[in-house]
Amino acid sequence: MDFFDTDLGTFIIILAQCLVVTVCILVSLAFLLLMDRKVWAAVQLRRGPNVVGPFGLLQSFADFGKFVLKEIVIPAGADRIVFLVAPLLTFVLAAISWAVIPFADGWVISDLNVGVLYIFAISSLGVYGVIMGGWASNSKYPFLGGLRSAAQMVSYEVSIGLIIIGVLISTGSLNLSDIVRAQDGDYGLLSWYWLPHFPMMIIFFISALAETNRPPFDLPEAESELVAGYQVEYSSTPYLLFMIGEYMNIVLMCAMTTLLFFGGWLSPIPGLPDGVLWMVLKIVFFFFIFAMVKAIVPRYRYDQLMRLGWKVFLPMSLGWVVIAAILAKYDVVGYARFATGG
Amino acid sequence: MTLTAFAFYVFASVAVAAGLMVILARNPVHSVLWLILTFFSAAGMMVLVGAEFVAMLLIIVYVGAVMVLFLFVVMMLDVDFTELKSGLAEYLPVGALIGLALLMELGLVLGHWVLADAAPGARAAAMPVPGDLANAPALGQIIYDRYIYAFQASGLILLTAMIGAIVLTLRHRAHVKRQNVLAQIHRTRAASVELKDVKPGQGI
Repeated sequence: MDFFDTDLGTFIIILAQCLVVTVCILVSLAFLLLMDRKVWAAVQLRRGPNVVGPFGLLQSFADFGKFVLKEIVIPAGADRIVFLVAPLLTFVLAAISWAVIPFADGWVISDLNVGVLYIFAISSLGVYGVIMGGWASNSKYPFLGGLRSAAQMVSYEVSIGLIIIGVLISTGSLNLSDIVRAQDGDYGLLSWYWLPHFPMMIIFFISALAETNRPPFDLPEAESELVAGYQVEYSSTPYLLFMIGEYMNIVLMCAMTTLLFFGGWLSPIPGLPDGVLWMVLKIVFFFFIFAMVKAIVPRYRYDQLMRLGWKVFLPMSLGWVVIAAILAKYDVVGYARFATGG
Repeated sequence: MTLTAFAFYVFASVAVAAGLMVILARNPVHSVLWLILTFFSAAGMMVLVGAEFVAMLLIIVYVGAVMVLFLFVVMMLDVDFTELKSGLAEYLPVGALIGLALLMELGLVLGHWVLADAAPGARAAAMPVPGDLANAPALGQIIYDRYIYAFQASGLILLTAMIGAIVLTLRHRAHVKRQNVLAQIHRTRAASVELKDVKPGQGI
């Protein structure tokens, strides 16, 4: 029997795959962080980080060194264990979601048949890192930030879930690779789901902003009212873990937008070959949009945020599930892909 | 030991230990966190037996939504739990008695558990032909074909419960300023801005 067919061999292969994906994501995160700051600076007519390395390319690595070498300060009244578990949890949950993301046809660690639900389950756990961090700090601003984020993330998860159901109705599968394959068509860009599911694509993007606590929905850490929300008492590596986890979630949401609505690894122009390059380009593009939103849009008020989630997005996405189901049932062009592809 | 068996023992022991910690932890917030770990391990075991759809639902519904609200409430409580637990010795005999009674009842029930002859056949009949079906389509076929009326009825009951909860807790308070978004959007310059010529020393 071949070594890689044994239990140990399989274990080593999976471990190596996880390592490759994690390292690739962490390294690209360093440059995405820089891109975020550069875009933000460019909108405000500043230069952004430009001292460390050419064009400031090594800025994130310098920041990393700074975070790791600083002292970890734990507040006197804090719950020490929960205080330190919270950032770890945020980081680990953000990292394990990537196990089911297909980067190209077959390039996926675990081709789960409930991949969408897995992502949804893991991202619904993400709120615990924030709540635990806010509570364990035993301080007023972090606690308020934790409470805000609990309500916010739970609310927007509902509309994200309903939007995903619309896509699932069209595909007839919960597997992320199948969802991408169902978007393969003769018209390239035009056969992706963003066209038939157009209104939901926009609502998904806005909900993704709220779900990842990005501006204009960064109420849990609103610096003008809560200093830094649940992160106030954190320093050094725990803070770094929070920040990396948050950015990983943002990139994950960009990847989800790409997979669900923009054809994943498929090429936008019919003649060109599909591949991982398209996936990466699309993720970077959506990250750019995330950065632009942060730079352009002012922060929401909390009651308006809740109103938007429950009174606007929820009825709209719920209505769309019904409409999409009817359109798929009567096989209107582009809505029922399970009969032909996927 | 195969990987699956190893994973089972890890999940099972974590579930049992975390379940114990739920009742042993002094801090109620810690109890809730241990309970979350218990749910998570239970979901892991469900994945191991091939019920991945139910496992994901368990995490999404219980861990992702119900426990968040639970934690929310427990975190906001300001009760001195050490004082609350000081009467432990006082209540222990009563609690132990109740526990014993429950255990005996369970024992009596399980001791006389006899499978009817038709039971295994009925259980097998409830399953669809597995074939290549994954979890989600198989569940869908059972729920939406065979048990559609029961499913719809339970949905209606839940809807009634939800409406009831809203009716019971909804109260309209007077003198609360509410934002009317439509009114704000539709106000015009003519209706909201007025130009006044103020003479010196007179005011408006």
